[in-house]
Amino acid sequence: MWRTSISWRPTGINARHRGFEMTWEIVIGLEVHAQLSTNSKIFCGASTAFGAEPNTQADAVSLALPGVLPVLNKGAVERAIKFGLATGAHIAPKSVFARKNYFYPDLPKGYQISQMDLPVVGKGTLTIQVPAVGKLPAYEKVVGLTRAHLEEDAGKSLHEDFHGMTGIDLNRAGTPLLEIVSEPDMRSAAEAIAYAKTLHTLVQWIGICDGNMQEGSFRCDVNVSVRKPGAPFGTRREIKNLNSFKFMQQAIDYEVQWQIDTLENGGKIQQATVLFNPDTGETRTMRTKEDAHDYRYFPDPDLLPLEISEAWKNEIRATMPELPQTKQQRYVAEMGLSAYDASLLTSSKAMADFFEAAATGADAKQCANWIIGEVSAQLNRDSLDIDKCPISPQQLNGMLKRIADGTISNSGAKEVFRTMWAEGGEADAIIEAKGLKQVSDTGALEKIVDEIIAANADKVAEYRSGKDKLFGFFVGLAMKASKGKANPAQMNDILKKKLLE
Amino acid sequence: MIELSLKQLSSQLAGRKISSVELTQLYLDRIQQLNPEINAYITLNHALALAQAKAADQRIANNEASPLTGIPFAQKDIFCAKGWRTTCGSKMLENFIAPYDAHVIGKFNQAGAINLGKTNMDEFAMGSSNETSYFGKVQNPWDRTRVPGGSSGGTAAAVAARLCAAATGTDTGGSIRQPAALCGISGLKPTYGVVSRYGMIAFASSLDQAGPMGRSAEDLALMMNVMAGFDERDSTSLQREAEDYTRSLAQPLQGLRIGLPKEFFGEGLGADVGKAVEEAINQYKKLGATVVEISLPNSKLSVPAYYVLAPAEASSNLSRFDGVRYGYRAAEYSDLADMYEKTRAQGFGAEVKRRIMIGTYVLSHGYYDAYYLKAQKIRRLIAQDFVEAYKHCDVIMGPTSPSTAFKLGEKGDDPVQMYLSDIYTIAVNLAGLPGMSIPCGFGANNMPVGLQIIGNYFDEARMLNVAHQYQLATDWHQRAPQGI
Repeated sequence: MWRTSISWRPTGINARHRGFEMTWEIVIGLEVHAQLSTNSKIFCGASTAFGAEPNTQADAVSLALPGVLPVLNKGAVERAIKFGLATGAHIAPKSVFARKNYFYPDLPKGYQISQMDLPVVGKGTLTIQVPAVGKLPAYEKVVGLTRAHLEEDAGKSLHEDFHGMTGIDLNRAGTPLLEIVSEPDMRSAAEAIAYAKTLHTLVQWIGICDGNMQEGSFRCDVNVSVRKPGAPFGTRREIKNLNSFKFMQQAIDYEVQWQIDTLENGGKIQQATVLFNPDTGETRTMRTKEDAHDYRYFPDPDLLPLEISEAWKNEIRATMPELPQTKQQRYVAEMGLSAYDASLLTSSKAMADFFEAAATGADAKQCANWIIGEVSAQLNRDSLDIDKCPISPQQLNGMLKRIADGTISNSGAKEVFRTMWAEGGEADAIIEAKGLKQVSDTGALEKIVDEIIAANADKVAEYRSGKDKLFGFFVGLAMKASKGKANPAQMNDILKKKLLE
Repeated sequence: MIELSLKQLSSQLAGRKISSVELTQLYLDRIQQLNPEINAYITLNHALALAQAKAADQRIANNEASPLTGIPFAQKDIFCAKGWRTTCGSKMLENFIAPYDAHVIGKFNQAGAINLGKTNMDEFAMGSSNETSYFGKVQNPWDRTRVPGGSSGGTAAAVAARLCAAATGTDTGGSIRQPAALCGISGLKPTYGVVSRYGMIAFASSLDQAGPMGRSAEDLALMMNVMAGFDERDSTSLQREAEDYTRSLAQPLQGLRIGLPKEFFGEGLGADVGKAVEEAINQYKKLGATVVEISLPNSKLSVPAYYVLAPAEASSNLSRFDGVRYGYRAAEYSDLADMYEKTRAQGFGAEVKRRIMIGTYVLSHGYYDAYYLKAQKIRRLIAQDFVEAYKHCDVIMGPTSPSTAFKLGEKGDDPVQMYLSDIYTIAVNLAGLPGMSIPCGFGANNMPVGLQIIGNYFDEARMLNVAHQYQLATDWHQRAPQGI
């Protein structure tokens, strides 16, 4: 199930705008720059490692010395192909590099090598799971991908510590980027963020980008417009360079509110590029369409058209891991998980690997509940990623098996989990050491029940006269008498039988 | 000694008749004497040249010499050479010391050749008379009041004045062939992609091609053996088996079919040039060749198409000269935009600025289709003309330039007149074909005339054979200007 039109519901809605939520539709498209995880730059051999001293990774090509020429890094192309395969996209048998011409001190050649008319990856799709918001349930949506193209990054201008001058660091110049452009298919901030997160997961999953947003490896530009439902697209404004999902949410919320305010007050939206200021939570116009550059794109004569054969694609296809979406479908169809739970368990490859290892030979649904519940909560509390989880999937699996075979109760399992997290150890050893084994011996349980019935004749009489609610009271006594170790299901059966005798 | 061919020099060196240091010093002395007027060299570095000569002598002594070891060459100042000032004829790079070797320079160094110096050229190779150089005009050794042609004018003058044994040039629209013709020497522009462009300062990347300039086809063949070959640092370099360009020099020309494009012999061709070329064709007939008239119907569009495409690429290629990282920067400026504007206004000469503006214009939004794309279509049509023509002939011949060398300053004010001096050479670059010019007589004012030989793709060895056989039968290539 997916919806084409979900209106935006801001928190802390301005009284002035009461009721507008049915009158404005939000339209969002994203352009994401994913830095490709090659060791060297896209057109030369200089290193792409982050954090080196300024200009120590700027070779002759990075500096654009006279006479140097670009040579395409095959690894960057392979990563673009992987992305195309992962999104079911058209991979162009022939694509063309073009020069985007503009002057800026951190753009050493005076042009950026990019792709314009013929990008390496064409139309594709990305399926996203949008989480429940308030009363709106979670749902799935297919977002269209317009294109993805290869290009080089620029360097950095450093404005501090140079006594009024600007420093230029060209370490980053020439770093390979895949610019991934979506269709304007998103209809809420929640959808935009679900899309960005799904994409973020995917590029790491297929090993083409390290996804490090603080270091700028995954940067999002968000195009936002609003319109009356059914009307043509409104004029969009592009929020540049968002490097966290939190900022993306804030920036979209602010921008949408601003656009609606502007329109409702009789103003017009001008096409513009805006920057989000995390300190104020506001967006600010950087440039309007009037100051837009004429980039004078033309095919780069220093590079041949990029040709990708079926054989090359097949070679790469053979190395691709099972994709998150395929896994999700499998989890739903074969394991009976909900689509949303399946999406949580595939939020990273490490998470899916953990789940699959822990679920082997165990109840998959129960395993999913533990990972989404206790494991994730503990990880959050300790600020850990799943690959740093102190409990191994095998340990968790051992515990799940003991729940399934009735050795421990749920409360016993929680005790086992806490111990494993804090001290390590296998489930069986912990159960043994802490005496958490359930009593499933019918004779022993019957003995407990007999004693309770004997000691509480009045309550038994009440129950037998129809006061069903007292059943819980007997369960409580029985569990207490067994010191919590009684197998609850078995105990229930025996109680029911004996109370009715 | 200065009249010897490369092969003869090599055997003199091998026979210890002369050392490389002595030979280098001989040329350096000649340069010192003649260059102040001719101005063929922009930069000389005696210490570097003599150090190379010393190393070459050692190599010869160790019997490790290759055919060019110890021979003094000159390099067009468009090639980056490590430790050498590399100006490209521009104020913009007046103080630029290249930190690396171009492919061509590296190849000559590996061969043990000596680099005497960097030769003068039109600024960023934009010009046909060498008059756009920031480092002054170059005199034609045959008549010091005339231009040497361009853009490889310094190289052509240096070879003609015997200020080096041979030298390199580059050719984007005729910049090897036209100055070779005007200075009475031989020059070859190879098939696009045969010589790596790595380290060669770009003018129009899809057209630029380096090649040898010397006194004979045989010399050019020996240089091609060093310069040609695949280079992974240039993505447009062609991956082909190495070949010996001297292998077919001796082949007789019996049965050679020469195509004469009727468009190359019409209006605009100087009568003196036409006559010399006609006599050369007659000589070829005597050597056993047959002649067939062909047509290159789109060649008349080559000049306008070229002056869209070459400036378009140049406008982008020259953007890196922005005053930020190296090269000239204006002394005073108020902000970033002012720094860019003043640096480029002061650092580039008029012709370079004209072409940057043309190129910027034709790539602009709204004009791209009408100019750039249309010119690309014409380019394909021109290439197709040659494909058709080669169905009927083995080589194409005609004049290299419509006239002999004109007077210094004569065409300075009229860029279109200047552009038309490349009318017969430009189509070859647009098609990516190999072309060469060899001396074939003298025209008005006793100035040299060049015969252009255009080959099919990768037919350099055949063209050198065709030129060499002519040079065995004639002595135009051995004539030397007086007073040098």
